Amino acid sequence: MNVIIILIIASIFVAGFFLVLFLWAVKSGQYDDSYTPSVRILFDEKKQTKKSYSDNESNIDKEHHTIGGADKRDQSTNISVNKEQHT
Amino acid sequence: MYDSGNIHTAQKTVCYHCGEDCKDDSVRLGDKVFCCTGCRTVYEMLSENDLCDYYAIEENPGVTKKNEVVRNYEFLNDNDLKNKLIDFSDGTTTTLTLYIPQMHCSSCIWILENLYKLNRAVIDSRVNFLKKQLTVKYKEQETTLKEIVELLDSLGYEPNLSLAEKEEEKNLKENRRLLYKIGVAGFSFGNVMLMSFPEYLALDSYVNDSLRYTFSYLNFLLSIPVFLYSASEYFISAYKGLQNKLVNIDVPVALGIIVLFLRSCADIAFEWGPGYFDSLTGLVFFLLIGRFFQNKTYETLNFERNYKSYFPIAVTTKKNHREISKPVEKIEVGERLVIRNNEIIPADSVLIRGKAGIDYSFVTGESAVIDKKTGDIIFAGGKQIGEAIEVDTVKEVSQSYLTRLWNNDIFTEDKESKITTLANQISKYFTFVILAIAFGSTAYWFTLNSFTAFHVFTAVLIVACPCALALSTPFTMGNTLRIFGLNKFYLKNIKFIEELGKINTIVFDKTGTITESGNSEISFIGSTLSEDDSKKVASLARNSAHPASKKIYGHLNCEELYTVNSYTEVPGKGVSGEIEGDSVKLGSAEYIFETPENTEEKARGTKVFVSINDKFCGYFLLANKYRKGLSELMFGLKNNFNMAVISGDNNSEEGTLKEIFPPETKLLFKQSPQDKFDFIAGLQKQGKKVLMIGDGLNDAGALRKSDIGISIAEDVNNFTPASDAILEAGSFNKLPQFFKFAKTSHNIVIVSFIISFIYNLIGIGFAVTGMLSPVIAAILMPLSSITVVVVTTALTGAYARMKGML
Repeated sequence: MNVIIILIIASIFVAGFFLVLFLWAVKSGQYDDSYTPSVRILFDEKKQTKKSYSDNESNIDKEHHTIGGADKRDQSTNISVNKEQHT
Repeated sequence: MYDSGNIHTAQKTVCYHCGEDCKDDSVRLGDKVFCCTGCRTVYEMLSENDLCDYYAIEENPGVTKKNEVVRNYEFLNDNDLKNKLIDFSDGTTTTLTLYIPQMHCSSCIWILENLYKLNRAVIDSRVNFLKKQLTVKYKEQETTLKEIVELLDSLGYEPNLSLAEKEEEKNLKENRRLLYKIGVAGFSFGNVMLMSFPEYLALDSYVNDSLRYTFSYLNFLLSIPVFLYSASEYFISAYKGLQNKLVNIDVPVALGIIVLFLRSCADIAFEWGPGYFDSLTGLVFFLLIGRFFQNKTYETLNFERNYKSYFPIAVTTKKNHREISKPVEKIEVGERLVIRNNEIIPADSVLIRGKAGIDYSFVTGESAVIDKKTGDIIFAGGKQIGEAIEVDTVKEVSQSYLTRLWNNDIFTEDKESKITTLANQISKYFTFVILAIAFGSTAYWFTLNSFTAFHVFTAVLIVACPCALALSTPFTMGNTLRIFGLNKFYLKNIKFIEELGKINTIVFDKTGTITESGNSEISFIGSTLSEDDSKKVASLARNSAHPASKKIYGHLNCEELYTVNSYTEVPGKGVSGEIEGDSVKLGSAEYIFETPENTEEKARGTKVFVSINDKFCGYFLLANKYRKGLSELMFGLKNNFNMAVISGDNNSEEGTLKEIFPPETKLLFKQSPQDKFDFIAGLQKQGKKVLMIGDGLNDAGALRKSDIGISIAEDVNNFTPASDAILEAGSFNKLPQFFKFAKTSHNIVIVSFIISFIYNLIGIGFAVTGMLSPVIAAILMPLSSITVVVVTTALTGAYARMKGML
């Protein structure tokens, strides 16, 4: 039965390891900004082809419209005007 | 109005850099067209450094450089100022955090994080998009603060340099500390529960004594950090409360925690039982979660802006024909200042040279340019539109008409600490009742069995610990705060929701609050403009950056435009140009007729006169436009609230206001910022709970003085004066709903209090009869907390859905 004491202590150490991991994550600022990293991860060091990139980004675009608010100039209308005249 | 006929028209093209439409395609580089050379320069700089991904991430991501002014950052070499602006320096590396309001898309994040490619001395740059902050680390030997700021400015990301206190940093640390505490408490709670398992399942026969001791002592060890570290803020808060002779909600909580810990220690030391360590750690864990929920606020919004965060930190002074930049606070009376286009006048001054067109929109909320003549007094806070002017200061910055307001004590007082929440009101009685029950039952048991008496005493205090009570406010109000946020009403923190329910008087500012700022009702008075003529006027108006021209351009809404030749702009007067062979003029009466306009007439709104080939056609009247839904709003408010309007303007619109507002509404005009402040103070002396809604810096005193100050903004990311809440203009007519919701939330808190009292009664029933075992405590406490959390969240959510707010 005493083996259970060793197991318990081992389990506390494992749990303690995760606690330290959590504290380290907080300390390193991972909980300070919950938005920017989600955009940052999509950036690539290498130059990508324009098409696939803007496809990826269009989803984020929708999201940040609500966050960025009206700071962003209304580009969509300008662009649509352009398209109209091309066709 | 739109006709795609066979007239020759200039095609609309958008700038490759910023997406603004271009007058023509004269500014170009290869196949890319730009609206101005500024934008092209940025493009060139980026393409030279192989940073064209900027344009691949988002289309036309740039910030326009069209209305760019050359800013002088010489003052950043001033060591005093530099030290105030940077976060940290170790002699070789400097860390700097800048607020960049222009940040708006993922391309912005990308370019700002690749600053090191443009300036090799930058070691690292990181964006916090929600806060619009950029943190830069750079090598001090190789570059300067000034160079970094200039680089950002040249890219169109002009940092907002201000010396306003770095409040946010404190918040950040507090938030992290709370997370540490939650982590520690959660860790201990989980492990203590595990070790208490034999207890829960009554596995006594399987567990031998040595194992039981091990478990008890491990529980004890695990609880020590929870007791000493995680729960510490409850002890501090209770102590502070008692010092001020206040029995706040944290007093019974702290009492419960201390008794729980001591009793549990005694239990294991004297082998009376396993102790209540599971309840203790669980209690602290739940309480901290509640606190975390309640602290979740709108980090993107800034509720603390005062004039300092909006005034420049340095201005150009002129002495013996030499221009030097000087920190604003060092400016003395009688100094000569040079104010350029778009710069703000930092102190009350007299105009000495140049044509001043002052835009007081930050102060009054009204975006109209007021012309000043030499010798006129210009109040601090106005923004110069047009050419560079020279002024002599007549007051110090802190003593100016507007800024004097901030010398009032009210701005240093802690407004929130004065609010007494329902929970704190109840806790006083609650604590005394609990203590009475504890002592009463102990006295009863003492005659029978002194040992049981001790048990009963501690058991009552443990089980009565108002965990559920302490959780009901954070969860109800936290959820309400979130629902308000979804409806574009952002409160600084949950304390103001209870206050909102108590309001009985509402005071409105006029300009920019009940009228729409920057959006005037435009009507053309005179002979009707033909389609072709209005197209000409629109083409001319588009060339000018003046707010009135922009409004007229927007009003005319022409799809196709002409090219304008020999365009001239006389600052503060008007614009003219040759369009399709006709000379078109647009501007003030003086500009068109060469005689000044009758001042009496001016009150109704701004007039912009039009002449084509020197023939007067009529004028555009830019009148104040009242917000949509204002009369419905009055209908919703008039039965429950007293109302008042205080305006800095003259009484030209008194008639209109009387029609909109109920008859007993007080209407005050020509009120200075101090008058507004005094008016609120007067109402409060009459015992009224006052809500103030305003939008400009001149309302800041009144907003601060009122019980709740709401600043209204077309876009919440724009400038708002310090306030307790920010309301997006679109939700203005939802105000009555917010009031009702706040009252309902208050009632929900009462319901949850009743629920937690019932649990307490059951618990006390066990306690006074001496039957409270650790297992019962471990079941009752989380159960009551969870019930309260579920009930409050569900009720607020259901009510919001019923009212269509979710």
